[in-house]
Amino acid sequence: MADVRLPWHGPLIAGHKTVGQVTADICAPLERRAGGWWWLAFSLAFSLLCLGVAAVSYQIAVGIGTWGLNRTVGWAFDITNFVFWVGIGHAGTLISAILFLFRQKWRTSVNRSAEAMTLIAVTCAGLFPVIHMGRPWLFYWIIPYPNTRGPLWVNFLSPLVWDFFAIGTYFMISLLFWYVGLVPDLATLRDRLRPGLYRRLVAFFGLGWNGSCRTWLRYEVVYLLLAGLATPLVVSVHSVVSADFAATLVPGWHATIFPPYFVTGAILSGMAMVLTLMLLARKAMRMEDYITPRHIEAMTKLVLATSCLVGLSYAIEFFSALYVGNRYESFTFLNRALGPLGWGYWIMVACNVLVPQLFWFGRVRRRLLAVFVICILVNVGMWFERFIIIVSSLERDFLPSSWSGYAPTWIELATLAGSFGLFFTCFLVFCRFLPVIAMAEVKAVVHEGHSEAQA
Amino acid sequence: MSRRIIVAGFAEEDDLRRAVRAVRERGWTIDDAYAPYALHDLEALLGGRRSRLPVTCFVCGAAGVGLALGFQFWATTRSWPLNVGGRPWNSLAAFVPVAFESMVLLGGFGLVFAWLVRCRLYPGKKALPPLDGVTDDRFALLIDDPGPAALAGDVRRVLEECHAISLEEREVEAPP
Repeated sequence: MADVRLPWHGPLIAGHKTVGQVTADICAPLERRAGGWWWLAFSLAFSLLCLGVAAVSYQIAVGIGTWGLNRTVGWAFDITNFVFWVGIGHAGTLISAILFLFRQKWRTSVNRSAEAMTLIAVTCAGLFPVIHMGRPWLFYWIIPYPNTRGPLWVNFLSPLVWDFFAIGTYFMISLLFWYVGLVPDLATLRDRLRPGLYRRLVAFFGLGWNGSCRTWLRYEVVYLLLAGLATPLVVSVHSVVSADFAATLVPGWHATIFPPYFVTGAILSGMAMVLTLMLLARKAMRMEDYITPRHIEAMTKLVLATSCLVGLSYAIEFFSALYVGNRYESFTFLNRALGPLGWGYWIMVACNVLVPQLFWFGRVRRRLLAVFVICILVNVGMWFERFIIIVSSLERDFLPSSWSGYAPTWIELATLAGSFGLFFTCFLVFCRFLPVIAMAEVKAVVHEGHSEAQA
Repeated sequence: MSRRIIVAGFAEEDDLRRAVRAVRERGWTIDDAYAPYALHDLEALLGGRRSRLPVTCFVCGAAGVGLALGFQFWATTRSWPLNVGGRPWNSLAAFVPVAFESMVLLGGFGLVFAWLVRCRLYPGKKALPPLDGVTDDRFALLIDDPGPAALAGDVRRVLEECHAISLEEREVEAPP
């Protein structure tokens, strides 16, 4: 397939690296002992994880009455966190699959860690519905398996069942995609490590890869097909998540704009999280030559594009609610913007739509600190988006006497903190034991743009 | 039965390409080439058939759709018909998401499984790289020995012209 001329001038990888240097640089953090920063970050993340484990154990023992839910607001914090984490995962697949199909070679520096982020984020997301079940030890009842209760099958007409299939498939295919990409790098690592348990494990999962070109040619076919499968998958996953809401009759949820609205929002939040992690990781792991300011700039442009799409979705949603002439629908939206949770609505608009507009300016895109702050704000804004969509649509229902507010209890806050703890603990472990940059892919583009720069 | 092969090492991908071309021009048989990363244009140079992995992927994906649709129809219309809000038992539109996810799942796993089987890769397999460094920054070319003492003559000259950095003859067990 012909390569598309990229709007990217100059080298992809800085510092005139040789192929051998790429191996040495990327394996270096795995071969030295963990630094102080790593232990500090790990202990913080692990403490949060422990807090989360304690909170989850308590709510399972006592019951989900420990949450701030009431008869009116029956879905709030838990499902917000679920949608938030699923959304975070989407950027990884965008970078690994969609940008691969578009032949964007800059993705090679970030795809490995973005895919790892996807896997971890989907794991975090998957925990929330299981906790929400109240009796998590019976979670397997959602799987349609022959049973002694009839056999009674799951209701295939329910979006919640679709969700189970979508998230499960998404996790497994992402894992497969990530692992297939990892095999050549595991082989590289295997051939460098000193004998020991770590090397034995790396060799076991390295599948005896020896760099045979016949295997490489088939590997390329497999990678392309997996990218082709993952691309519609990633669109389907958040569309199905949005169907959890859109397929109900609740004003504020029952909208056809939901699937594209959720997918663009997911990519926005995911890109912001990838950037947050990349900015920290490149500094901490001395990968500045591989994740250059040009890579960061390319990703900020994706943040800007998706932010504009999200802004458009907010506007369309609001416009159709007011224009359609349904009193309940228009009331819900006025309540969303001006009601008791109006502050949250405006945080969401400001962080997701207004602040990213700063990325129109090249100076902001190249200031790494500014990028970092904006991405944190987008993460906050995207969390609020889910919270506002869910709670503000429920709190003022059809019967004014049942109107109610919602505030999270400390158990719910600790569970959210715990999910961040799980996310960062897993990510730090990943950085410690696996190559964070896809070596084999970077080696193929290491000379890219250097001759052009010299000309 | 064992056979002799010639193992040539290279430092640059272009040298490997040139060597592959030169070896094919002379009609010697290439056993395999080895590289630390994918060389996209080597397929044409190495020769060989187009991979049938896409067909495997399609068949597995189609099986996923078929099984998922069939199971959903059977479960909701035959095994336990359930009236949910008066909706039809066999509502095809509602079966699409699960059928789609099953297609992706089976297609993806079938594909990777077929690839592993075809390339004889499995967990815990002992790796046998022909040269040190082919997973790092070296390239290697394996040629089926075109005749006795070949290294002394033509083969050595051709490979050295392509900047081979190492050359050796080896006895290997013929594949079954």
